[in-house]
Amino acid sequence: MQRALGCPRGAPQTHHPLPRPPSELGLSLRRLGQTLQDQLSALGPGTGSWVPPGATRDPRPPEEADVVVVGGGVVGWSVAYWLKALEARRHGMRVLVVERDPTYSQASTVLSAGGIRQQFSLPENIRMSRFSASFLRNINEHLGVLNEPPVDIQFQPSGYLFLASPQDADGLEATVKVQREEGVQVMLLSPTQLKEKFPWIDTEDVAVASYGLEDEGWFDPWTLLTALRRKAMSLGVLSCAGEVRAEDMMPPQGPDLLSARIKRVHVYMQDSLEYQPVTCAIVVNAAGAWAGELLEAAGLPEALCQPPLPIKPRKRYVFSWHCHDGPGLSCPFLIDTTGAYFRREGIGGNYLGGMSPPEEEEPDPSDLSVDHNYFQEQVWPRLARRVPAFSSLRPGSSWAGYYDHNSFDRNGVVGPHPRLPNLFVAAGFSGHGLQHGPAAGRAVAELVLKGQYETLDLSRLGWRRLVQGEPLMEALHEEQEAQHKVFGKGLLGVVTALGKS
Amino acid sequence: MEPVTWGGAQSQCIPVHPNALCAPPFPPHVEVAAPPGGVASRWRLRHTTWLAHDTSNMAAPRAGLAHRLLQGLSRWFYDAEAALDWAQRLRRVRLHRMNATHVYLRDIYGPNVAAAALTLSLGGSVRFEGQEQWLRPQGRWQPQLLQLRSAPVRGLDLSACPITYSGLESLASLPRLALLDLSACPHVDDWALARLHALGPSLRALSLSRCPRVTERGLATLHHFRELRYLDVSGLAVPNPGLLRILLEEMLPGCHIVGMELESPPSPAGTT
Repeated sequence: MQRALGCPRGAPQTHHPLPRPPSELGLSLRRLGQTLQDQLSALGPGTGSWVPPGATRDPRPPEEADVVVVGGGVVGWSVAYWLKALEARRHGMRVLVVERDPTYSQASTVLSAGGIRQQFSLPENIRMSRFSASFLRNINEHLGVLNEPPVDIQFQPSGYLFLASPQDADGLEATVKVQREEGVQVMLLSPTQLKEKFPWIDTEDVAVASYGLEDEGWFDPWTLLTALRRKAMSLGVLSCAGEVRAEDMMPPQGPDLLSARIKRVHVYMQDSLEYQPVTCAIVVNAAGAWAGELLEAAGLPEALCQPPLPIKPRKRYVFSWHCHDGPGLSCPFLIDTTGAYFRREGIGGNYLGGMSPPEEEEPDPSDLSVDHNYFQEQVWPRLARRVPAFSSLRPGSSWAGYYDHNSFDRNGVVGPHPRLPNLFVAAGFSGHGLQHGPAAGRAVAELVLKGQYETLDLSRLGWRRLVQGEPLMEALHEEQEAQHKVFGKGLLGVVTALGKS
Repeated sequence: MEPVTWGGAQSQCIPVHPNALCAPPFPPHVEVAAPPGGVASRWRLRHTTWLAHDTSNMAAPRAGLAHRLLQGLSRWFYDAEAALDWAQRLRRVRLHRMNATHVYLRDIYGPNVAAAALTLSLGGSVRFEGQEQWLRPQGRWQPQLLQLRSAPVRGLDLSACPITYSGLESLASLPRLALLDLSACPHVDDWALARLHALGPSLRALSLSRCPRVTERGLATLHHFRELRYLDVSGLAVPNPGLLRILLEEMLPGCHIVGMELESPPSPAGTT
């Protein structure tokens, strides 16, 4: 470093009264050039105190921020985007998004199958999905940045098809009635109509099916995440890579807990013992599968942690395969009576699908390794029974991702903490975080900025139902646990048949 | 079964509505005529010349030197960027207003008249049942439209019109629409195609040629159209036209598909 300054170590420069001979001038010019080169290349991350404006070199977050969003997935960036989009004054608040893993290697968003549907039984879920669908339809109006290429999420509007066995038929028809009241375009099909529309389905044991006609399908979640990031950052949201592990707050004055507030948040830097305390006014917990763990590990007093947030990661597998004469272009996102599901991927005869296991067979969520036997033994036989063309297929790649599973009632928790006025949570969507992300983000932003819900009323999805112990169940879920046990003998027959062929 | 003609009997171009956001191509002159002898069992096509049109530049006609200069300046100055942002927002608001449903017309005169009024205001043409000629847009309100309230709309020519997803809401409720021409519509994308499913029982001819935003994902929603006999998908930006054509033919048996020809002749049977 000293050499680069052009000055030999320890030797003082003496000034000659006479002008230098030309060869020395050339030499000093060369040294000057070398110095400049070294100085400019030394402007790497973390070196030097001056950085060009607009380029953030310091990986540490700022010392104070108005809102800290914990979690950089689709829900976290959606909250950050809507906070900036709805704020009254430009650059009126400083929003910081803290993401633990900038490579997104375990994030649920990017490992999702990417489906969006409006076929739910809870009106709040239906409205959130409809809002998200209209957001995605007009994505360039919302997330378009001038002079950047337009966003293309590659949406495939093929619809969802739910199959119901005779014992579930009444439930399905009741939910379709609720959906139609909310304005969802959904069609009920009898087995003959189903066979006529989709001749590749085996309609045995299907009493009725519901088929979504509009605004349902699948898209690319990574594009949505990067578009939200890009737009939020262009509106001035700050982001940093770090982990929020403990939240400090002032100890409560006396027995009155009403004055308790979170004062600051400790952001631990990656691969380091260093942490930066960030003073903040509001904390939004959008940590997805780890939302419950965040509040457990926090340095919050015991009384303020009741009730605990029952959100835990649950591992789910997604398998992809190739079948050369499988369902064609009209293939929807099919959810079978047994809970197995699949959808088409591209136009080359590839499909991907999976199934949620029953409660007692939950895989270990400590890592994202895939159990290939699960496909062989559980998923494939069920799908082959429903779609006979899948009896011969070539398995392709597979991966695993986490559901942010809410073990209380498998629906999202959105809203302020019952005791801490400046902690908000938006997590626990149990597999629907991607499709409810834009809507949940808007709801939380409205709560933060205006104090009440305006576009979507999600008050029933708040903490109160956890406190009072009143679950809000969703009838139409990919996890239909009752079906797994009925399947015993038939499964054995199919497996032996496959074994022989 | 009456023959469905589009483009009218004479070859003339549709006058451009001043609010059209793109330079319009000339309409396709395709006559779909029934063979003589009554009930048509097969459709016979006669193509006349297509005029090649460059659809890559869908900018406004006034995107001249000033616009390009402003675009360049917006990379360096926040004021220019804000000005362009506002201009884009105003364009979007205008587009939305142009596509608003004519609620009054729909409630008093029915969905056919409302759809026809919307089409004419966007620069398209309408053909009612029992009418020989197509109703062309003349830049002003046409009162004879109100007398046709009892006749269903049979054909809509919206080529190169700025119709959007919200505008198609008026069209989706037409019970007897047989012909829909959406060629070169700059704002019709996959979401908008999914909205047309209600026309399934009646639609017989559909053209999506040269729509810049339609991809193979939107084409997969066309399986609702069981009665479709003519589909034009030329000029679409799809990655694998030959494969897509085969899949479309499989999905819509009985439909004549134009466009997406295989570039090379198919390999002889026996080779894989």
